[in-house]
Amino acid sequence: MAQANSSTPARKLPGSLETNRRLDRWLSVNADGTVTLVTGKVEIGQGILTALIQMTAEELDIDVSRIRLKAASTAFSPDEGITSGSRSIQESGLALRHAAAEARDLLLARAAQKLGVTLESLTVKDGVISARGGGSVTYWELAAPDLLAREASFDVSEKLPQEHVLVGTSLARVDIPGKITGRPSFVQDMNLPGTLHGRVCRPAGPKATLKSIDVKEVGQMPGVVAVVRDGSFLGVVAEREEQAIRAERRLARLAQWTPGPELPANDPRQLLALQAEAETEVISTKGDPATVGARQFSAEYTKPYIAHASLAPSCSIAHWEGGKVRIWTHSQGIYPLRGDMAQVLGLPEQDIVITHVEGAGCYGHNAADDVTLDAVLLARAVPGRPVRVQWMREDEFCWEPFSSPMVMRLNAALDDKGNIINWGHELWSHAHSTRPGSKGGVNLLAAWDLEKPLPAAKPGNPPLPGGGSHRNAIPLYDFPNQKVTNHLIRRSPLRTSALRALGGFANAFAIECFIDELAEAAGADPVEYRLRHLKDARAKAVIEKVAQMAGWKPNEKGDGERGRGIGFARYKNLAAWIAVIAEVRVEEEARVTKLWGAVDVGQAINPDGVINQIEGGMIQSASMALKERVDFDKSAVTTRTWDEYPILRFTEVPEIEVALINRPEAPPVGAGEGTQGPVAAAIGNAICNALGARLRDMPFTRDRIVAALSA
Amino acid sequence: MLHVNGKAREVQADAETPLLYALRNDLGLVGTRYGCGLGQCGACTVIIDGKAVQSCDVPLSAVVGKQISTVEALAADAALHPLQKAFIAEQAAQCGYCASGILMAAKALLDVNRNPSDADIRNALERNLCRCGTHSRILRAIKRAAKELRGER
Repeated sequence: MAQANSSTPARKLPGSLETNRRLDRWLSVNADGTVTLVTGKVEIGQGILTALIQMTAEELDIDVSRIRLKAASTAFSPDEGITSGSRSIQESGLALRHAAAEARDLLLARAAQKLGVTLESLTVKDGVISARGGGSVTYWELAAPDLLAREASFDVSEKLPQEHVLVGTSLARVDIPGKITGRPSFVQDMNLPGTLHGRVCRPAGPKATLKSIDVKEVGQMPGVVAVVRDGSFLGVVAEREEQAIRAERRLARLAQWTPGPELPANDPRQLLALQAEAETEVISTKGDPATVGARQFSAEYTKPYIAHASLAPSCSIAHWEGGKVRIWTHSQGIYPLRGDMAQVLGLPEQDIVITHVEGAGCYGHNAADDVTLDAVLLARAVPGRPVRVQWMREDEFCWEPFSSPMVMRLNAALDDKGNIINWGHELWSHAHSTRPGSKGGVNLLAAWDLEKPLPAAKPGNPPLPGGGSHRNAIPLYDFPNQKVTNHLIRRSPLRTSALRALGGFANAFAIECFIDELAEAAGADPVEYRLRHLKDARAKAVIEKVAQMAGWKPNEKGDGERGRGIGFARYKNLAAWIAVIAEVRVEEEARVTKLWGAVDVGQAINPDGVINQIEGGMIQSASMALKERVDFDKSAVTTRTWDEYPILRFTEVPEIEVALINRPEAPPVGAGEGTQGPVAAAIGNAICNALGARLRDMPFTRDRIVAALSA
Repeated sequence: MLHVNGKAREVQADAETPLLYALRNDLGLVGTRYGCGLGQCGACTVIIDGKAVQSCDVPLSAVVGKQISTVEALAADAALHPLQKAFIAEQAAQCGYCASGILMAAKALLDVNRNPSDADIRNALERNLCRCGTHSRILRAIKRAAKELRGER
C-alpha cells in the first residue's frame, strides 16, 4: 500500500480515478460471467462507450461481449463532472484502464492462492485463469463483493502498448445495431407506464415577462391535465403528446408579455462597442511585441452566433413520488445538474436521482439541462405520474444557449525575407461556459422565469491552457515576438455557452487565414510557410501528410472558380494535431467539393471511431463556415426552423479523406473538436485561392462572396 | 384503423393527429423520430404506399387504408435488411437519431432503383438532415446495400 508522506509530492491516480477512488464504483466482476462497467461520462454520439469498453476489456483480458454498461446515474456512478472538452478518454478511459488492470491483479492474486501456485505461473484468456502446471479457475468463480471494495492503489502495471490486442482495433460501435433497427435508443423513446406529455410556452423573447394570461380555456381543452404557471414560467401537461402541443399553442396565443430589453444589431462587431465592460487580459507575450519589421499587416475576422442545432430537440422525463423526484436526461453532466436542481427545488441532493439516457448528437451545452428543469416543474403538478417533455424545434432554435459571436484582430510584422517576426492577436468574445454547476447561481432557463427567480451564475470562461474564448488564441507557431490579448465581455444579449471547440473555432480560423495572407504577401507557399514557422514535429507531420494526400503543389493557383487552401491547429494547444486541405468551387455560392484531413491523436483507442469523429467534425464545421448564423430582431431570435438555419445537405457535402497518424506509444488525446478551426480556415483560404478575394467574416454566404469580389 | 408493417392496427386519436405521434405513442414504434414537426429534417420518414413520407406532417385522416412501413419492419424475421447490414459495415452513424429516417428514404429509393448513381442517392436524401456529419459513410453504406441487392459482392 503506497503511503503519502509529507515530504514527497502527492501522487495522482490516472484520470477521474483520482477523485473517485473506489474500484467498485467503476467495475464489478459478476458470477454470471459478465463485468459491469460504470462510467460518469456519457454517450453523446461520439462513440465513447465503445472505446471505454475496449480499454476495460483489454486490461481484464476478457471478450468485449462480457461487458455490461450501466447508464450513468447519480445513484451510483463516479462523479466525472461534464462530458466535454474531448477529455473522456483521458479522464474516464485512463481511470478504467487503471481500475481494470488492478482488478485483474486482484483476481490473479486470489487465483494463485486458490490454486496454490505462484502469480508468475498464471495466464488469463477471456476470464479463465490457468496455471502453467495445470489447474484453472475463472474470474466468475472468484467474483465476490469484497473483491473491488477498496480504493485504487498506485502501483498497478497496465499493459504496454505493444501488448494491446483490442485497443487500437476498430471495434464496431456497440450502439449502432439498436439505432438502425428502430429499438428505443434515446431518452426521447422512453415510455414509462402512465406517462403524460408536457410542453412549455416560452416568453416572447429573451427576458420578456408574463404580463397576463387567463388559462381557464386551456385547462378545458381535450386531454389537458394541468396548466402550470409560476411567475413567467408557463406550461401544460396533457394525456397525449399532440394534445399538449395544441394546448401550448393556445397558451402562446393567449399570453401577454412585457418585452425584455431591446436586442442590438446582429453583428459580431457589437462586441467592440462593449469595450468598457471588457475584462482585458494579455495571455501571451514573447520578446518585444512592439517590434516593427520591413512590412506590417493587419486584418479583422468575425464569427456570428451559431446554434448547436442538434437534430433532436431536447427531451427529459421527470417522475415525482413522495416528495422526491427521479429524472431521465441527456445532460452532459448529471451531478452538476443535480446541484442546480436542488437549489431550484429546495430539496436535498439525495432526493433527486438523475439518470443519463442518450439524446441525439450533442456538440456542447445545448438545451438538455433546461428541458430537464421544465419536465421537473411540470411533473411536480402531477405527482405519481411521469411527465415527458420534448422541446419543439422552434424552442430549441430560439432558446438553446448559442456559441458566442467573436471578433479577432490580427497584426504581424515581416522581415525582408518574409518571415514573421512579430505577431499580435486580440479577440473579443462573450463567455463560453454557462453550464449548470457553476458557482454563485443557477444555470437553468426556467429558473430565471419563476415567481421567485434564481439568478444565473456569472458567465464563465474556462481558464488556459485549455481556455474558453481564448482557446487556441496563442499560436503554435514559433514567432520571436508576440502578444495575445483576450477581451472577455461576460454580459451578452443572447445566452452563450459551450459549442464544439469554444473560442478555438474562431481563433484558429483567424490565425490560419492570416497566415495565408502573410504567406501571400511574402510570396511563399502556404504549406512551406507554415512549416517554416513551426518547431513542433507532430504539427509538421500532419501538415506534410495532408499536403501529400491532396497532392499539394507549391504555390498552386486557383482558376477563378476552383481553389484549394490549408488550415492547421493543435486543439487547445494540448490535444489532437489536425491539418486540413479544402477544395472549393465557387460559382453563385461557395461549395466545398473535397476535404482532406490528417490527424494525430496519439494512441488511437479505436481508429475508425476517431476517423468517424473527425469526418463528422469536418462536415459540421464546413456547414458552419459556409452557412450558419443565428438571426434575431430587436425583441427575439428569428431563427426558428431549419428554413432559417440551413445546414449542409446530402446534395452539398464534400467527399472526405482522412488519414490517421497512429502513435500507440503516445498518450491518447481528445479528437472530437479539433477540426473546427482548421476546416473553416482551409475553406476561407481555398475561396481566396479560387477568387483572389478574401472573406474574413463567417459564414461565407453568396452575398459576402459578391461583396468581396466587388471590393 | 391503420395498416402498419403489414398489420391492421387500431388507434384512438383525433383524425388530425400527425401520424408520427400515433406510431410512437400508440403503437410503440419509437424508431420513427420527431425532429422538427414541419417535414424539414426527415427524422420521421416512413414509407407510405411505396413513397418516403415525413410522418410528422401527415394527419391520420390522410393515411387510413394506406400501407405504412416503419424502420421496425426493415429487418424481416430477424435478418437485417442489406441497408442495415451496410450501415453496420460502414459504421454509418454517430448519434444515429437521423438513421431511421434515412434508412427508410434509402429503402424507398432502392425499392425502385437498384443501381442508383451517387447523385440519385444524394437527391433521394435531400429532405433528410444529419447534424453529426456522417453523410459520407451513409452514402457509402447505401451504395454497398445497392450492390448486395443487385447480387454483386
